[in-house]
Parts: sequence; C-alpha cells; structure tokens
Amino acid sequence: MSRAKIRAKLPTKSADPTVDIELTVNGERVSAEVSTRMLLSDFLRHELGLTGTHVGCEHGVCGACTVLINGVAGRSCLTFAAQAAGCEVRTIESVANKDGTLHPLQEAFRDCHGLQCGYCTPGMIMNILSSFNSSAPLDLSDEGIRDIISGNLCRCTGYQNIIAAVRQAAKAMSLG
Amino acid sequence: MSTKMFGARIKRNIDPQLLIGEGSFVDDIPLAGALHVAFVRSPFARAKIKSISTEFAEQHPGVAAVYTCDNIGALDLELPQLIPHPCMDSPRTQRPLARGDVYYVGQTVAMVVAVDRYTAEDAAALVDVDYDPLPVEIDLEKAILDGAPLVHPTHPNNIAADLVQISGDPDSAIAGAEHVTKIRVQVDRSTAAPMECRAVAATFDKVMGELTVWDSTQGPIAIRGGLASIFNIDEDKVRVIAPHVGGGFGQKVLLFYPDELLVPFAAMQLGRPVKFIEDRRENFIGSSQERTQIHEIELYAKKNGEVIALVDRFLHDTGAFIPYGIAVAQVASTSIAGPYRIPNIRVEFKAVYTPTVVVTPYRGCGRPQANFAIERAMDKLAEELGLDRFEVRRRNLIADHEFPYLRKGLLFADGLPVSLDSGQYHKALQLLTEKLAPEEFAVQQKAARGAGRYLGLGLSFYVEGTGLGPYEGGHIKIHPITGKVYVNTGLTSQGQGHDTVFAQIVADQLGVAVTDVILVEGDTKAFDWGVATFASRAAVVSGNAIHKSALIVRKKTLAAAANMLEVSADDLELRDGAAWVKGSNRSVSLAAIATATNPLRYAFNESAKAATQFAPASKHDGPPLAEGQHPGLEATDYYSPPSATWAYGVHGAIVEVDPEICAIKIKRYVCIHDCGNMINPTIVEGQVMGGIAQGIGGAMYERIEYDTEGNLINANFVDFLVPYATEIPPIEILHLETPTPLNPLGVKGVGEAGCIPVAAVIASAVEDALRPLTHEHFYHVPITPSAIHAALKKAAPAN
Amino acid sequence: MKPPPFEYCAPRSLKDAVELLAADPSAMVLAGGQSLIPALNMRFAAPSRLIDIQHVEGLKGVVIEGGNIIVRAMTRHRELELNDEVFRANPLIRETMAHVAHVPIRNRGTVVGSLCHADAAAEMPSILLVTDGSVVTESPRGRREIPAADFFQFHMTTSREPDEIVVEAHFPVLPQGAGWAFEEFTRRHGDYAIAAVAAIVTRAGATDVVSLSACGVASRPIRLTVCEQIFAAQGFTDASFKAAGEAAKEYVTAPDDIHATNDYRRDLLASLVVRAVEKALTRSR
Repeated sequence: MSRAKIRAKLPTKSADPTVDIELTVNGERVSAEVSTRMLLSDFLRHELGLTGTHVGCEHGVCGACTVLINGVAGRSCLTFAAQAAGCEVRTIESVANKDGTLHPLQEAFRDCHGLQCGYCTPGMIMNILSSFNSSAPLDLSDEGIRDIISGNLCRCTGYQNIIAAVRQAAKAMSLG
Repeated sequence: MSTKMFGARIKRNIDPQLLIGEGSFVDDIPLAGALHVAFVRSPFARAKIKSISTEFAEQHPGVAAVYTCDNIGALDLELPQLIPHPCMDSPRTQRPLARGDVYYVGQTVAMVVAVDRYTAEDAAALVDVDYDPLPVEIDLEKAILDGAPLVHPTHPNNIAADLVQISGDPDSAIAGAEHVTKIRVQVDRSTAAPMECRAVAATFDKVMGELTVWDSTQGPIAIRGGLASIFNIDEDKVRVIAPHVGGGFGQKVLLFYPDELLVPFAAMQLGRPVKFIEDRRENFIGSSQERTQIHEIELYAKKNGEVIALVDRFLHDTGAFIPYGIAVAQVASTSIAGPYRIPNIRVEFKAVYTPTVVVTPYRGCGRPQANFAIERAMDKLAEELGLDRFEVRRRNLIADHEFPYLRKGLLFADGLPVSLDSGQYHKALQLLTEKLAPEEFAVQQKAARGAGRYLGLGLSFYVEGTGLGPYEGGHIKIHPITGKVYVNTGLTSQGQGHDTVFAQIVADQLGVAVTDVILVEGDTKAFDWGVATFASRAAVVSGNAIHKSALIVRKKTLAAAANMLEVSADDLELRDGAAWVKGSNRSVSLAAIATATNPLRYAFNESAKAATQFAPASKHDGPPLAEGQHPGLEATDYYSPPSATWAYGVHGAIVEVDPEICAIKIKRYVCIHDCGNMINPTIVEGQVMGGIAQGIGGAMYERIEYDTEGNLINANFVDFLVPYATEIPPIEILHLETPTPLNPLGVKGVGEAGCIPVAAVIASAVEDALRPLTHEHFYHVPITPSAIHAALKKAAPAN
Repeated sequence: MKPPPFEYCAPRSLKDAVELLAADPSAMVLAGGQSLIPALNMRFAAPSRLIDIQHVEGLKGVVIEGGNIIVRAMTRHRELELNDEVFRANPLIRETMAHVAHVPIRNRGTVVGSLCHADAAAEMPSILLVTDGSVVTESPRGRREIPAADFFQFHMTTSREPDEIVVEAHFPVLPQGAGWAFEEFTRRHGDYAIAAVAAIVTRAGATDVVSLSACGVASRPIRLTVCEQIFAAQGFTDASFKAAGEAAKEYVTAPDDIHATNDYRRDLLASLVVRAVEKALTRSR
C-alpha cells in the first residue's frame, strides 16, 4: 500500500487463442481480435462498452442478455462472439429514436411502470421487439403477451405492468 | 405547481436512463485495466482442510495473485456478528477465506485474481485443496437430536439460539379453553435470486490514499464503516457507492460477504482496479438464503371461534453461521398472532446451525412463515368448529377502536414491544368478501364439481411491522444556478423508485416539478449518515427525514424570498420553481433566491444577475452571514421512528386444480392492502405485485434443494423455478389508506408486503378445491405437483 | 460461469468439417449452441476444439421430399416451426415446438442439435421417434442413416460415432387424415418435460394405427409400444383408454427427482396418454 514499494509486475492479457471477427453492431461495422471463447455478451459489454445488455445467468434461462442477431432475439450469453462474425447485432442502445426520445415500447414501459430495478428490461425489450418484427402472427391477448415475454425473468414487477406496456406499445405502433 | 404530488401516480424519473441501456450497475462501471476475481469454493458441506496448494494457479498465464487465509493479513478474522442478542451463546460467523475448516458447499477457500474472469476460473480449478470430509446432517429436525453431527463442535445439538417470548397469561387462558387446534407447518428454503447477482469493484488511489468501492449492496454506509475499521483507514478516505442495483430483496445486505472485503484488499495490494462479478451459480451457493422453518402451532379457542391463547414452537434454520443474529426468527415469532386479538401468547424458537449457506432476511423476513402458521391454523380451527373461514377471522380481528394494540412481552426486531398502531382490519376483510363473493363462488364451485372440475377459494390476512429505526437522514439543497433541488439520503434503491417518491415529497414543499428534484443516494460521499434499505423502511424513515428537511428549506426559502420581494412570508406561495406574491405576477425564482442567500455575489450566471434585481435575501446588521445563519438554501434533518408502524392486508384467490395431472391454475388473485398514505400508488402497486409474484414462487415453485450430503443440487435457473410471466396470474389490487399516527407523512412500508400471505392463500385454496377428493391438508410449501399427487393418493389408496 | 478455452474452427465445406472432427477425438460440433454453450459455461464439457458448422455449405434449410421433411443441420427450431409447408406436412411439429424452451432459444437452437444433445426430457427427439424418423450422418467412412429407434441410447447419449456429424434429420410426413397431439406437463412453461406424450392416430378403415412416444419419464425418449398395441387390438373404448393408461405407467423408470416423484410421473403419464390419444383421435379423419 505504501508508495515506496516497487509496483508489482502484473499480467495484462491471457494466453487464450484468438480469432479475428467482423460484424455490424447497431449499424456500425466493427472488427476485433477476440478470444475464441469470449461470449457475445462480454464482447458487447466489455470490448465495445455497450453495457446496456445485462448478464443474469449465463445459462440461457433468464433472458437479461437478449439481443437481436440478424433481426431475431437471441441470448448473447449463449453465443460466442466468434459465431456472430458476419452478423448484424442490435442492442438496447440502438432502440431509442435518433433525437433521444424514447421508442414507443420504451415509452410504454415507463408509462405502465413496467420496470423497477431495470436489470431485466433491456433483454425484455429486445425480445419484445423481435416478436413485433416477426413474421409470426402477433397475439395481443393477455395469454399471448405472457407467451411473448415468457423467456425473460423479471424478479421485481410480477409482469402485469410489462404486459400492459406491450399492449400499449403494440397499439401505438399499429401492430396486431 | 398547485397540484399535490404526494399521492399522485407520477412516472419515474429514473426510467429513461434504464430504458435506453444507460444504467450503471457495478459491472457497467468502466475501470481501465481491471483485474477479475474467481473463488475456489468448498465442494464439501463440512470438512477439515488438510492443505492448500496454489502453486499451479499462481503460475498460470494471466494470473496476478492467489490468496488464501495465509496471505490476507488483517482479513484473516472471524467477521463481525452484526446484531447481538443475549439468547445466542457465542454466535459463529464466517471467515473471508476458510482457515482449517469449511462449513458449507460454496464457502470461499481461496481467491484468484487474473486478467479476466475466464482466466481466473481456469486458475481457480488449479488450486489444489486437500479436504478431509466430515459427516453432516441437513435435516433440521434431525440436526437437533443428540448424536447428530455438529456444524460447530462448540454448539451442542446445533442450537445457535433459543428464545421464549410470552405475552399475557397463556397458561391460565389454556386452562379455560373449550377447543384446541394443533397443526405442524413447514416452509422450505428459498433465495432472493435478484436478476443482478452481487458485484464488487474497487480501486485504490495510492497518492490520495483513497479507496473507492462500487458494491451492489443495500447498505453502502455500513460497508464503508466496516472497510475503514478493518483496513484502519480514515472513513473519509473510503468511498462506497451502490450504483444502480438490480434487485436486492434482502440478500444484498449481509455485511460482509467475503468478497466485499477481499476485493478492496486485492485492489490495494495490487495497485490495479479489481472486480468480482458473482455468477448465478455462486449466487445460489454463496449468497444468503432464507425461509426454512417448522412450526408447531396450537390455538386455544372458545366454541364460538374466539382464540384466547396461542402457543407456537418452531425451528429456524440459520445455516452455517449466524451473522445477522436472530432477526428472521424474531420477526417470525413476534408476527405469529397476525391481525388477531389473541391476548395470550407463548412463542418459542430454536435457531439451528446446518452446514448450508447462511440465512439472513429475504423479502418478508420470517413473516411469510409466521403467516403460513397462523393462517393455516385459523383455517383448521374454522374447519374443526364448523365455521366459515371468513367468519372465524372476523370474530378475532382487532377492531378499529382497539388501536394501538399492544402485545406486551413480545419484543420486535427493533427491540420494542409489538404495538399494532392503526388499521381497518374489518373493512379490509369486508372488501375481500365483496370482491370474491364467497357465497356466489360456492354455487359455482358446486356446479364445477358436477362437471368434474375442482375450484377452490383461499384467503390469508397478514400484518407487517415496517419502517424500523434507528434513523435515516435527508439533505436538501437548492442549486443556485439551475434552481433544481438536490436531495440525498443514506440508504439506497434496488428498483423501488426512491428518486421519484422522495421527489414527490420534496416537490410539494418547494413548489417544483418532480423532474427537477434530483436524488443522489447510495454514495457515502453524497450523504454519509444512515443505516440501509431493508425492513420496508425507506419511505417511512428516509421519506420522513427528507420531509422534515424540506420543511426547513421551505421556511428558509420563504424567509429569503419575503426579504427579496419585500412582503411578508405569509403572502408568498412556492410554485413553478419560484416564490410568488399571492394574487400577483411578482415572483423570484428559486435559483435567484438560492444565489441571493449566498453572500458571495459574483455574477457567474443569469440567476446571480436576477438576484441583484431584488432586495437582499437577509435583513440584519453586521457581517454578511448573521450568527447561526448558513449560506444557501440547504438543510439536513433526521427522522427516528418511535417504533415500527404496522401495515396489513388480506389476499384471496380462486384456483382450479386438475387432479389428474396435479396442476394448479390461479384463476383470480385479489389483494386488499393498506400501507397508510400512499406517496405514489403506481409504485405501491408495483411493489405489491412483485411481492405477490415472489410469494407465488414460494408457494408453488421455488425450493432450494440440498441433498443429504449438503450439495445444493438446483443451483441454477433451470431447476430453481423462478416463475415466468406464464406462471403469474393477473392481480387485482384494492387500497385502503389508514394513515399511521406515528410519523408526519402517515406512511407505512410496502416493500415486503406482497409476498407474506401468498403461501397460505394458495394452500387454503388448493385444500378447498380438493375437498371432495381428499381430506389431506396442505401444511408444507412449496406445494408441488408431487405433493398434490401424494395427498390424492393418501385419500384413495391403490387398489 | 465462463467456458474453458478451446480452438475455434469455422469450416466452409462439409468435407473440411468432417476432417476437423475426425482429426481430434475431443472436438465437438457447434451448431446453434443452445445446449452446448450452457454446458461449456458451467464447465460440464471441455472440448479441445469447437467446429462451428454454421458456414458449412449445404447444411441450411428444409425440404420436403420423398415423404420426408428433411431438416438440415443448421435449421433453427423457429424456422421449422414457422414453415407453413412443414405445418401442412406434419402439424405435430408446430404443436410440439411451442413447448420447446422459449422463442429466443428456438431462434438460435437447431433441431438437429437438439436431437444430438438427446436430453431424455427434450421434446423433439420424441417426435422423431413417434414419426419413425431418422438422422443422416457424415463421416470419413461416408454417409449412413440411423433410424430414430436406434439413435437415442440414453440420456444425452446417441449412437452417433465420435467422428460422425449429423447432417440431416428426416421427419416423415403424416399420412392423409392422421390426427396428432402433443401433451406435456412442465412446472413452468418452456421447461423440459416432467412428462410428455406425442400421439399420432391414423385411421385406415378398420385398422386404426396409434403411434405413441413419451419423454421425461425414462433414460431416453421411448415408444409406448404396449399402449399402441392395446389401441390396435381394442380400438378406442373406455376400457382401452384405461388399459393403455395403466400400461403406460410401466414405462416410467425415472426415479424420484426434485421436480416429480416416480409415483406421480406414472399417474401423470397415464393421464397424458389418454389426453393425447383423445385429442389426436378427434383430429383424425
């Protein structure tokens, strides 16, 4: 702790094998040399600084890390950065309007108190957007919406306000 | 701003930031060159450590350091026992890194620090620990028997604490009873499972001698105090920040988890930022849990259903250590009589060491267990006396005129006697009756049975002592440039929307928009007196402290504005961010008042220029600041509650049970709830609905499963079943608002309420549904399909 | 929870992929990764090499040919689920798919990957089994077809040789007029089955054929042959349903676990058999 002590020589990188990747993230071309085992979630968060994508379980159950991969929702914790080479990835950071105003789905979450701690929210939103964009028919019944968000755990809200938010957003976006 | 903000459904200030992905949770804080931690954890529930070899791990490429109990200096200690109580005999606490013995699977044995978490995990696997496993007993009832393997050789029969509390004269009342109902109930272990696991990051500035720690904690001030004490650094040189925290529910206020000390230690040792981001498995095997209790409850009653005495004996599983003292068991034991008069009570508990993760409060903190015991017993009493379940409750509820209702002899977790302060219990039950219409339901139920469908109705009434002391503070300052109002308090939010509800309190006093009130909390540099977020206390304790501070700032603002506008303060009103002469268009902005009250009159900005247009803010002779006067519009005050304030409510549900596949479907769920005056009903409902969802988890899905060797076999979200949206029904909520007389705002806590009665509601409803098929009772939660199946099987033995 | 280190290869041709796999006995094939990556993150598996087959030519898409729905190795669950031609050819697939985890997992996870993972409680293996489907593998020794009945050996174990890559799964088209049903019980929506039954009822004049499979109840997906025989012999009567339910119980070998007792699973399976056959029957013509 003393300033007189010689600073320890510490390692700066691991001995992992690496791979070069190129992909598009939120519309921007990105190239990087990454460890072969680096998860897409860690790549987005720690290599690109896009920390809006959260990590909740790293075994694919909670959905907090959900991003869009080539337009459809996928778990970034169950995808290697290397697998995303050549893909188009979209994260929560790309959702709000360019002028900084909220996307109708984000607005609906706020209006309906659809978030509390906000940790699951980005993954929840990316999953819902994927459903909104999907060619599959959109079922906006209570049960249908519960099914849409059923791959995302939320520990705070009890889901009811999220369901209201999905319905409000779909209406605002003239979906369903 | 003439509209009152207190009580309004205001949208949350914090939301836009969280919604666009710009939240800042611990792992989001950019720390250049940070090193990452992985722990070596015990694979045995109880073992002697024969040796630890770290050589291979140290040599692994990318590893910066490996720590064991032998090279952590002052941290090689038994951690503090936070809440002492005389009923505990030499309470045991954990060491940051095990020395000699391990006491549960998951206990931290060594810490690896490396360039990234991947490498740290590789190296952790290279630490070679030689264990000598010891026998264990996981079953709570067997653990207290003579001859059972001991967690701590110092504690015979694994008893950590034993406490009897008596209110009234139970022995005499029992002698006069006409009926006794006895049941045994069990609630199994669960875990908070916040979506963000715990996380700690630290950096040490050698030049300034300053340690900065980001901790996903519910109590940064206490963490700061502990770090300063243990590392022997001045408190001012330690800054602890709880940034955005992704849920806590009690789990994030242990003081201390090993990592909360070891990470700052490594940052100081290594001169680089260090991070520990707990993963989900570690959250299951390393972070605290709660709930296992086995109650044997007896109700002594008159034939008319009036309960005159209650006797409850229960076992409480405290895990391998008891750092938090008897809090959970004590809250359970003092909540045992619920909303009922029951004037004579004897309640005894034994807290039992088991070789498992430590037990500390998880949302509800003993109340769900106590509620399950008393409410299931009330149902049984009704059944035995041939009374309706609503009626038996009606006959025992405390009446409005009986408040405050004292349970002399029962000391609550704040050390004060239980005193239920206010409420409208009968009205609440009446509202539930109207909503569920049990008589009409009985007709539907009968018709459904005819068609081979099994519907059931259940209910449960709960009380919750909230807003525990000792105190919190509030600091308010009106910014001289913008006129925005900055508010600080010592506790911290994990999603409860403090930034909005506290802003609502302040906005009413200072006449500003809620969005112009900016709350900074959870940072010891912003406010460093206070306790923490737990026990449904933030709105009550910090809310009232902030309210008191706002009153002072309001008074200062009006006095200064009166001088500036040369009118009497009584002729002024605060609205739209300014002080206005009533009935005129003359006003001065809060920014200008804040500037004018600072005798330093550099015209830095527009507010300062504006301020010079008015008469001075202070009228006195002598120096610019009069004796006792402070510059600016600022105040700090504190609130210390006289005792807990008791919220309450009653929930009811209608379920359908499919006896062929043993599935429960909740068709309706109704909640009648009273937390006193509501600051923001939308946020109250959010808290309640989230609590109910966790309650449903505990009632039907979530159980921590240890095998007989003490391995946690469902330490993941595949097998520990946190409900998805598909498992949670719509919730109907009705509010009552009975202001508490105990605090200026008339508010009671709401954070934990939702989860408390759910298990009893579901059990009551399932039992009611299956009455034609089985006389078995559901006295054990979670109620699994296998449990329903077993109950049906008992009714109809295989032919 | 981070994966162990490995060498990563992304071959473009099947030939290269086969060579890469054959060259390293501890290599593993990575397709959608929705079963493999959790196992890696939990360090249950530590392959020296991962062969990512997503760029391999010829492994994408679905075709219906020669009475089979041919699902190539990189076909994601969701793709198969939303394919209307597949739905018309074998509606059981879409019905079952709604029970396979959740949409984001189905968006990435491949059907062939799920078959190779061969979890005893997974849904798609039991569909391959009930339809008498098969898989096709490629190895240095060439191509071979393995019938579903021979493929699933044990929980997470198949008859695929270590150097074989499964390149296709063949799900037969349902006969005209066949009825179908998939009945599952899970504690949470999207979880692996506590028990599930797939049923196909083909009405062929006097001889109705019932095919039944189950998952979640034994060490692998199983055909409920005895139940099938009961319906074949007795037709659809109260007595035959009862007898089939009773017979189904004997197939349950899963011991008590944290989600269900053996005793409960037995009765559950009996109920699901009855429900599945009833439903399939009403859908048959």
